Amino acid sequence: MSFEFPLLSLIIWLPIVFGVAVFATGDDHNAQIARWIALAGSILGLLIAIPLYTGFDSATSAMQFVENYVWFERFNVNYHVGVDGISMPLILLNCFITPLVVVAGWEVIKQRVSQYMGAFLVMSGIVNGVFSSLDAMLFYVFWEASLIPMFLIIGIWGGPNRVYAAIKFFLYTLLGSLLMLIAFIYLYQTSGGSFSIQDYHQLEIPLTPQILIFIAFLLAFAVKVPMWPVHTWLPDAHVEAPTGGSVVLAAILLKLGGYGFLRFSLPIVPDASNYLAGMMIALSLIAVVYIGLIALMQADMKKLIAYSSVAHMGFVTLGFFLFNAYGVEGAMVQMISHGFISGAMFLCVGVLYDRLHSRQIADYGGVVNKMPVFAAFFMLFAMANAGLPGTSGFVGEFMVIMGSMKINFWYAFLAATTLIFGAAYTLWMYKRVIFGAVASPAVEGLEDISKREFALLAILAISVLWIGVYPYPLTEVMHATIDHLLIHVNSSKL
Amino acid sequence: MNFIPPDFAPASSEIFMLIMVCVVMLADLTAGENRRYVAYLLTQVTLLGCALLTFLSFSTETSQTFSGMFVDDAMADILKLMVYGTVSAVLIYSHAYISDRGMLRGEFFSLVLFATLGMMVMISASHFLTLYIGLELLSLSLYALVALRRDSIVATEAAMKFFVLGALASGFLLYGMSMVYGATGTLHVSQLAQIIQSEASSREVLVVGLVFIVAGISFKLSAAPFHMWAPDVYQGAPTAVTLFIGSAPKLAAFGFVMRLLVEGMGEMVADWQGMLVILAVMSMAVGNLAAIAQTNIKRMLAYSTISHMGFLLLGFISADSNGYSSALFYVIAYVLMTLGTFAVIMLLCRNGFEAENISDFKGLSKRNSWYAFITLLLMFSLAGIPPMIGFYAKMAVLQAVVNAGYIWLAVAAVLFSLIGAFYYLRIIKLMYFDEPETDEPILPNSDVRILLSANGFAVLALGIFPQALMGLSLYAIQNSM
Repeated sequence: MSFEFPLLSLIIWLPIVFGVAVFATGDDHNAQIARWIALAGSILGLLIAIPLYTGFDSATSAMQFVENYVWFERFNVNYHVGVDGISMPLILLNCFITPLVVVAGWEVIKQRVSQYMGAFLVMSGIVNGVFSSLDAMLFYVFWEASLIPMFLIIGIWGGPNRVYAAIKFFLYTLLGSLLMLIAFIYLYQTSGGSFSIQDYHQLEIPLTPQILIFIAFLLAFAVKVPMWPVHTWLPDAHVEAPTGGSVVLAAILLKLGGYGFLRFSLPIVPDASNYLAGMMIALSLIAVVYIGLIALMQADMKKLIAYSSVAHMGFVTLGFFLFNAYGVEGAMVQMISHGFISGAMFLCVGVLYDRLHSRQIADYGGVVNKMPVFAAFFMLFAMANAGLPGTSGFVGEFMVIMGSMKINFWYAFLAATTLIFGAAYTLWMYKRVIFGAVASPAVEGLEDISKREFALLAILAISVLWIGVYPYPLTEVMHATIDHLLIHVNSSKL
Repeated sequence: MNFIPPDFAPASSEIFMLIMVCVVMLADLTAGENRRYVAYLLTQVTLLGCALLTFLSFSTETSQTFSGMFVDDAMADILKLMVYGTVSAVLIYSHAYISDRGMLRGEFFSLVLFATLGMMVMISASHFLTLYIGLELLSLSLYALVALRRDSIVATEAAMKFFVLGALASGFLLYGMSMVYGATGTLHVSQLAQIIQSEASSREVLVVGLVFIVAGISFKLSAAPFHMWAPDVYQGAPTAVTLFIGSAPKLAAFGFVMRLLVEGMGEMVADWQGMLVILAVMSMAVGNLAAIAQTNIKRMLAYSTISHMGFLLLGFISADSNGYSSALFYVIAYVLMTLGTFAVIMLLCRNGFEAENISDFKGLSKRNSWYAFITLLLMFSLAGIPPMIGFYAKMAVLQAVVNAGYIWLAVAAVLFSLIGAFYYLRIIKLMYFDEPETDEPILPNSDVRILLSANGFAVLALGIFPQALMGLSLYAIQNSM
């Protein structure tokens, strides 16, 4: 370990400190200052996260960049952070998305700018905290705290039905988390007074408590992922959230659920995970197939992408519960790639919404005539969303299908239908929005994307293609950790 | 027969308080209409003096006096210091409110001080009669405080309800105590424990007595199904008095439960445990469900109090120092949050306008973003969302409940607190998502401004660094048992 420097703490707290500084700029007279501080903070947050990748030792599955201090000794809670091959890519993804979100809201958000920008920075720090916590209580505090900024973002800057969506989002996720808290407290008692996640990995638990703990975790993580049938908050939240909120929600917050499965469910209760794997696979396949069909019927672009997110995240949970290297690694790649693609898709819809203030597919048509550059970008992301080879969307899905083929042909068959449904709903929407004759005078008046929007979409396009063509830098760092995890999952703790 | 004077030292702060109450009354009488602030300042000086006396006499030794009717231990000292601080904050917050409404009189301050004295006696009592005297001193002062605005019909009605139901509860308590006396022949808390342990007393009579005592306690704590008075009194009383009723007496009530149930009847834990489980679950259910339907903010907070008292009772269920210290931590956190919340309500009151309805919070973030932010912290804390202190209070209690093997109870508790989160979120929604109905600025005095900011900051800071307060709670319990 070459770093004595508290790198992870810096990655967690720097965005939060900048966020507070942005809040301090006060009302909208200082909006421009708020924007620049936010941009500086988010870019700095990305730059300091780079040593996390360059200094990462991909040969070991042990936690790296570890910091461990006593937080409060009454309950033996420690400020214990560290990363492995699972959390490190997710932290990088989060640090990468934050500046994009700040830039995406640059001109669009005109009211309460400092609060908007500050909330995103604070959330970025909190999410980094979730991904790097090695103490269950620290994890829980970050996990729940991440609800607060998102609640405000949806509620203040969202669409007409924003209050309903914000409260639904909050209560839904709180329900799952509270049961997880009970599970943590139970584990604290069983382990003889420890909140350390790594201690829990070694803990021997009988099957019945394992199943109950699994269900408590499942509720927390399934709501976040979201899995069918607890996904209904997501379309509401997405439709009402401002563009930046949708991007963060899809690209980052959904990953918290997936991460939770890998960090908690699989290693802490492996026997229950094996026992209930059939159910998890069934739920995942329902999400892939049934939600894919629902997405086909959507008239609202944001809703369509939201449902497509649920279907894609179904792939992630499917991969996890196959318990083989293809499945889990494919699911990880799928999480990262979904972060780029869904973020990009929501940005594309945001570009259209900023101009026409409508998300209805029917209000568009023939956009390519007026916005050719935008249409090209949108095309790329639509293809990636459909899982076209050469884009990042293909890599993860292909790996998960390979993994499921090893278990059962029909799993693979059902999972592979996504390649058809995904292509159908994405490309059909693309066709109706972009091609055809110019639909209305409003579309006639559209202007192509600005330099700011071009830069945003270009950065995401490069990322999508890069992972699609050369995923090795991403998969390399997670090999050791996932191998270790799989050994753990496949050995009984009874 | 020689008269041996009792040792007055352990009760020095109570004696000082009693003298100062008289001084405040007399001073206000002579000060006249234009110098009402004299009584206010004297009251604050009294609280400071008491705090100094308690602090200087602080020791881990337990000392008894007045033939063992009065005890001074670590828990008593710590609770009393909290009570002084809370009362002092109540007075600072309500100063502007009461002077706007012509209540800035000596009576207000002497009643508050008498109530404080009652709480101190309750906290330090080690004899059922002392406990009862303290409780009645507190209750009678509170009845009078609620009725202080003679011209207000609502307040008078609230005072009547409070008085009638309070008297009934006192009757319950006395009846239960007489049963216990009949069974054991003693009212001394420490002797009682020994006699029950030796099983020299009739168990049936004891259990009947216990039922009445628990019912009486539930009245005072406003735990369901004995909660009916709380919403009416919270709503009807002047907001400054509501703040007082909702804050410091809860600390005293904690001490009261500790002395009566834990120290006195700790051997009967198996009997009162079951009762507390029912009371706790009912309180959480009634409080959280009824709060959703309220449009009056004070009524809503009354129901919220009921649900929090249910959570507090959960802490006692595990019947060990872990659980009691969690309950103590909970009550301290609760008082801190209540203080801030009512302070914000009083900020919204303007001359001639009573902020009563939830809708008065509309658009607060546009009127004053700083106080809106503090209210946001308080609401998330009441809902139990980390990193606010309310979360750690809930976590500590849940930990004690799971430790005692009641996992289903912990699950029920979190489900009810999920319901509870809804009405706290509604306040945040009104403040942040809605447009203000008035753009009148909010201009508190500088002392309120500083204190309220400190209060909001404490809710966050004690959440991020909870060790100090948790350690203090554990210390208080461990050194007095």
